[in-house]
Amino acid sequence: MIMIRYILHRFMWAIITLWATITITFIIMHSIPGDPFAKEGTMTESMYENLQRYYNLDKPKIVQYVIYLKQVALLDFGPSIKSKTLTVNDYIEKGFPVSFHLGAQAMIIAIFFGLILGVIASLYRNRWPDYTSMIIAIIGISVPSFVLATLLINFLAVKWSFFPVATWKSWSHTVLPSIALAMMPLAYIARLMRTSMIEVLNQDYILTAKAKGLRKNAVIIKHAIRNALMPVVTVLGILTANVVTGSFVIEHIFGIPGIGEMFVKGIMNRDYPVILGSTVFYSAILIFLIFIVDVVYTWIDPRIKVTGASK
Amino acid sequence: MAGKIDVTEEMFAPAENNFLEAEKISRPTISYWNDVWRRLRANKLAMIGLVLIILLCLMAIFGPYMNGFTYYEQDFTKKNLEPNAEHWFGTDASGRDLFTRAWYGARISLFIGLMAALIDFVLGVVYGGISAISGGRTDNVMMRIAEVIYSIPYLLMVILIMVVLRPGIFPIIIAMTITGWIPMARLVRGQVLQLKENEYVQASKAAGAKLSWTLRKHLIPNSMGPILVNVTLTIPTAIFAEATLSFLGLGIQPPQASWGSLTSDALGSILIGNFYQLAIPAFLISLTMFAFNVLGDGLQDALDPKLRE
Amino acid sequence: MKSLLEVKNLRIDFKTYGGEVHAVRGVNFEVKRGETIGIVGESGCGKSVTAKAIMKLLASPPAQYKEGSITYNGIDLIEASEREMERIRGNEISMIFQDPMTSLNPTSKVGMQIMESVLKHNQMTRKKAYNLALDTLKLVGIPQPEKRMEQYPHEFSGGMRQRAMIAMALVCQPKLLIADEPTTALDVTIQAQILELMKDIQKQSETAIILITHDLGVVAEICDRVVVMYAGKVVESGTVLEIFQKPKHPYTKGLLKSVPRFDMDKSVPLAPIIGSPPDLFSPPKGCSFYPRCDYAMKICMEHDPDLEDVGDGQITACWLQHPMAKAMNVKKVINAGGGRTNDNY
Repeated sequence: MIMIRYILHRFMWAIITLWATITITFIIMHSIPGDPFAKEGTMTESMYENLQRYYNLDKPKIVQYVIYLKQVALLDFGPSIKSKTLTVNDYIEKGFPVSFHLGAQAMIIAIFFGLILGVIASLYRNRWPDYTSMIIAIIGISVPSFVLATLLINFLAVKWSFFPVATWKSWSHTVLPSIALAMMPLAYIARLMRTSMIEVLNQDYILTAKAKGLRKNAVIIKHAIRNALMPVVTVLGILTANVVTGSFVIEHIFGIPGIGEMFVKGIMNRDYPVILGSTVFYSAILIFLIFIVDVVYTWIDPRIKVTGASK
Repeated sequence: MAGKIDVTEEMFAPAENNFLEAEKISRPTISYWNDVWRRLRANKLAMIGLVLIILLCLMAIFGPYMNGFTYYEQDFTKKNLEPNAEHWFGTDASGRDLFTRAWYGARISLFIGLMAALIDFVLGVVYGGISAISGGRTDNVMMRIAEVIYSIPYLLMVILIMVVLRPGIFPIIIAMTITGWIPMARLVRGQVLQLKENEYVQASKAAGAKLSWTLRKHLIPNSMGPILVNVTLTIPTAIFAEATLSFLGLGIQPPQASWGSLTSDALGSILIGNFYQLAIPAFLISLTMFAFNVLGDGLQDALDPKLRE
Repeated sequence: MKSLLEVKNLRIDFKTYGGEVHAVRGVNFEVKRGETIGIVGESGCGKSVTAKAIMKLLASPPAQYKEGSITYNGIDLIEASEREMERIRGNEISMIFQDPMTSLNPTSKVGMQIMESVLKHNQMTRKKAYNLALDTLKLVGIPQPEKRMEQYPHEFSGGMRQRAMIAMALVCQPKLLIADEPTTALDVTIQAQILELMKDIQKQSETAIILITHDLGVVAEICDRVVVMYAGKVVESGTVLEIFQKPKHPYTKGLLKSVPRFDMDKSVPLAPIIGSPPDLFSPPKGCSFYPRCDYAMKICMEHDPDLEDVGDGQITACWLQHPMAKAMNVKKVINAGGGRTNDNY
């Protein structure tokens, strides 16, 4: 019961955050100097009519805003300025599966290897496996994803031809972008897991477990890792946000037809409906993910259930 | 032992005893900040970071004047030259000297990083401080607002704001600080609340200390640590965000340069084999991120009393 | 009775930034089957380190076994392999820690944490292990044990958690139970309940207990023998009666006098031991208690006294027991510098 109340509470906050994001985005888009929705030379009469119809440009701003909110709630993101036939929804429908595939693959790599590196580092604290893991982690944090991406393309694709240079056709096309995208969260998870493990390993209950005569591995797996995972779970939402925003650049560099690329092209073409639509869509996804992480966290950490909505 | 020593009667005479002697602490005492500095100095990686930061800053100041070229001067007879005696880092597709541009870019990237961190710090301390000191309903509302703004994806907002603003150094700084101050505000609030509850602060209050004294002697020194770490780690985040913006064409516009724009400009050139154009700014960005991150980590470790052994 | 555990001349150092801390500097005592001994002393005197050393739970580094031996049932524990220690821990020797709030794994059900020990040391089905854990919970006086088995530690009160810890320690029927300040972190009323429980366990089982505490009241309540530690050393040991009625070492006397007792005349002030224990970073050359001792003699500054038998198994390490000192009839010294008031703190 408390659990359900907690989930509802978090859900309400997710909705409020989403509303705030849409509102801020709307305000920003409408404060662009000059009218971004003005009829330009390249725009055909029918396209302008589409825009008119969707954004109700003839009505007062506040009415425009209310209607826009309603349309977004119905998952209708409107037409594109630059494309004659495609709507923003069409872009999202085409791009989302690709972006989702890339993001999920990157997150799996990041979590799996990040946790392994972190645990190894903590168990061999101040010895070479620790140093090696932490050097990998520091490189992961220091080298921006676009630098890593270009390095991977330059060496593994152009020079040595292990992987295709760009585009998104087969599984081998997904390898380099996934690695480039995974590196930052991987490094972050590794560092966090290391710190968390070191802290947990100093806890009294680890001593209790050892005093029971459990083997070292059993103590680590059953008692240390599970508790050390808690802080890592809490940052998964933010890390996913990082992967999503990181995907703009990565998709652009590798020429992957995802929403990130659509977003970047939208920016370059000043296609405001696309920018507006994809920002709202992204925010919705991220806020939803953070909500899920919150719920999952309460489910795996038994201590939270009792405190409930007090958070 | 008793068997081996010659015991004489006079040894059993009463001894002068000094209780203050017993209270003497035989371990050398080390003051808090001295100790932090000592531990930071012992951390080789953090020291490498500190030295690198100093070197990068010096180069950002003097580097653009070192070989007689300017960052904007184009020479179409000398396009895409590899590094040589005249152009130490080579030239770009417009024949501009990359050594000068790299350090000019350093200046802009570092300036943006430092300014963003500074503004975040000021906003964060003010907002977080007011929130924590007011307490109650005000605190609650202020933190809810911050929470909502924080849930909006950072880079997405920065990009969106840059779409609206004219690209340039100050618009970039503004875009980054509009949402960037929130972690600092939360941190400051957390620190102040925690310290308000802390027993030594209560003790100081109970002993009749004035608020200003408590602030100066207890609150500020004790909350400085985590805040310092946060500032150190904000700088690379801002540099990274600027690089991403420039990479998307929303950041620094030519002929000006930042590391992000240099990397972005060079992207096309790696396919025609001019890898050096990419390698240099990419390396410098990575080096800077590395330096600030290891220094921040080192500070964090040095400040953590739990790690004092 | 044959001795179950024998600690001989144990020395343990900790490596730190500043140098080596000599935490345990020659500790000797033995525990017989079924007997309860108390180890008393101020904070930092090495009692807990000694306890963890027996279980070999000290992290090394920084801890180092410098000298001495710990013999359990004929096995030298210092030399024992990790595999051997795993068999002994929780099965032959088990341990209860000071703070029940932090000693239980917060993300694991209490029942599971008890069963874990059973499953490790016995060839047993889960069902049987479950029943054994349940019985043990009943034994330590936890009501509704079926429900409690399925709960997490945070759903337990402090006293209940300590009971669960005790259940966890007893579930494999160990021959020796080391209780490291088991009541210190608890409320006074709960303390009494836990002590009562430990007394019951004493009566019902053959388990020997080492009770580590700074609380002399607790010792008087349940111990057979007492070991008094000061600055990493044993300064006196004997039966509870001997220690309480005819203490020989000035430190033991001081400890006893600094505890308020209800039968005391209120007009007589408590007599705290002035000063604090020496820093074990560089312990003094002679007797480590000499700077705080009311009876300090010149010899105490230079030479550390050995433990000597003073009759009936009571042993003490003090120069006052030397025949020459007895002949001189050493009196309590009032120091030249010594206003013996609390001003000295």
